[in-house]
Amino acid sequence: MTLKALAQSLGITLKYLFSKPVTVPYPDAPVALKPRFHGRHVLTRHPNGLEKCIGCSLCAAACPAYAIYVEPAENDPENPVSAGERYAKVYEINMLRCIFCGLCEEACPTGAIVLGYDFEMADYQYSDLIYGKEDMLVDVVGTKPQRREAKMTGKPVKVGYVVPYVRPELEGFKAPTERRKP
Amino acid sequence: MTWSYPVDPYWMVALKALLVVVGLLTAFAFMTLIERRLLARFQVRMGPNRVGPFGLFQPIADAIKSIFKEDLVVERADKVLFVLAPLLGVVFALLAFGAIPFGPPGSFFGYSPWVVNLDLGLLYLFAVSEMAIYGIFLAGWASGSKYSLLGSLRSSASLISYELGLGLALLAPVLLVGSLNLNDLVNWQKENGWLLLYAFPAFLVYAIAALAEAARTPFDLPEAEQELVGGYHTEYSSIKWALFQMTEYIHFITASALIPTLFLGGWTMPVLEVPYLWMFLKIAFFLFLFIWIRATWFRLRYDQLLRFGWGFLFPVALLWFLVTAFVVALDLPRTYLLYLSALSFLALMGAVLYTPKPVRKGGGA
Repeated sequence: MTLKALAQSLGITLKYLFSKPVTVPYPDAPVALKPRFHGRHVLTRHPNGLEKCIGCSLCAAACPAYAIYVEPAENDPENPVSAGERYAKVYEINMLRCIFCGLCEEACPTGAIVLGYDFEMADYQYSDLIYGKEDMLVDVVGTKPQRREAKMTGKPVKVGYVVPYVRPELEGFKAPTERRKP
Repeated sequence: MTWSYPVDPYWMVALKALLVVVGLLTAFAFMTLIERRLLARFQVRMGPNRVGPFGLFQPIADAIKSIFKEDLVVERADKVLFVLAPLLGVVFALLAFGAIPFGPPGSFFGYSPWVVNLDLGLLYLFAVSEMAIYGIFLAGWASGSKYSLLGSLRSSASLISYELGLGLALLAPVLLVGSLNLNDLVNWQKENGWLLLYAFPAFLVYAIAALAEAARTPFDLPEAEQELVGGYHTEYSSIKWALFQMTEYIHFITASALIPTLFLGGWTMPVLEVPYLWMFLKIAFFLFLFIWIRATWFRLRYDQLLRFGWGFLFPVALLWFLVTAFVVALDLPRTYLLYLSALSFLALMGAVLYTPKPVRKGGGA
């Protein structure tokens, strides 16, 4: 350890004093997520509005945490819900059991279930953490507690993240995007 | 050369003493915030910013917290000393500040901007600020805990190693000025130029030893959070712990006020002289410097501090004292000291720029 090194070290810390803090002040500012973040699941639709999910239960079979419950039903040919013979009448994911591994997404033959970006799912009751179709279809914005709060305050849902872009598997999913500075 | 100073009535002295105490306690509270914010920025973080705008109410929140926390007294502690130690520390730390002048006589609403004008001001300052070590030592002893005792032992041992350098470094300016009165020291500097120019090595030794006296980072062995779980105040909680923090910060502020008073002309400035402004700016500069050093440097090991104190600070201070004594005794022109001081500054710069090849040997500071 030399005097020179001591003097240089002072210079280094002074340089950092005038640099921008790396802290993300999270609830005040959104978190920058990666495009492949594993968050709350999204049930996507075909461009013509039909659900991609055909109720095959392969996701439930693949799920290592047994978090998924699917109850299929026959499509009405006049007025189909999904693009196949059957559709998911009930589609539930227990977010307390889910480990967000993404195996359901890999197992899905039609690319219906895709992991999205929402992560602010903390809630008060077990029953509120079981997300049904109405909580995960592609046009739903935010998580259950966020939507509940938005309903109570009358303000739009405020999500706590930004992504550089939405990956193409999340067909039709709207997320706040922001180009990351290089 | 002698200067005379007006004597204030007693009620004014009492009022000013109260003002100094209140001012120091407020300064302590906000120094904790400023230090935490600055350290955070040095570490590319944001620091406490949740309580109030920019975290400005953080000290108030901290005060409320430390007052209402459970006040533990360890079962095996020496109960009387355990309570007395933090009080001793804080009282002696507060006492030290009063002798420091902040402006010319009459600049405090017609009164003098210092609490007391002591002929032995410097001696008094050292007497009381060294007494504060008793607070630390008794705390370690009374806690009945090995970590606390280790912390206070370290504090006593480091006291011996830096105090010699500290005292000797101050002899040089005292010899030159011929007075121990802090006002005399400032006035002399106003007429003859800053003592920094006459006694650069003494300034260096004093600044380093002041860091040690305030137990700031390169020399914060008595606390040494990582090794001793907080050192002498391991067993303390609640307001007693806060009193130790108070002691430490007041020492820190006093040291930052003493260095400019002794070596940088105190409240005077060659250009644009405003009584309080420059003193506060100089204090702020040294506070920042000490925080900067805390953010950068490591803690010296116990033996390294002893070696540094005895092997560097002491001889340098002694040498400069002898040189000054020689010049003063033979009544040589004071400019000799200016040249020698400049030379020592160049030598320091040379030592900073020169990089010797690293030698790998056991031990050594």
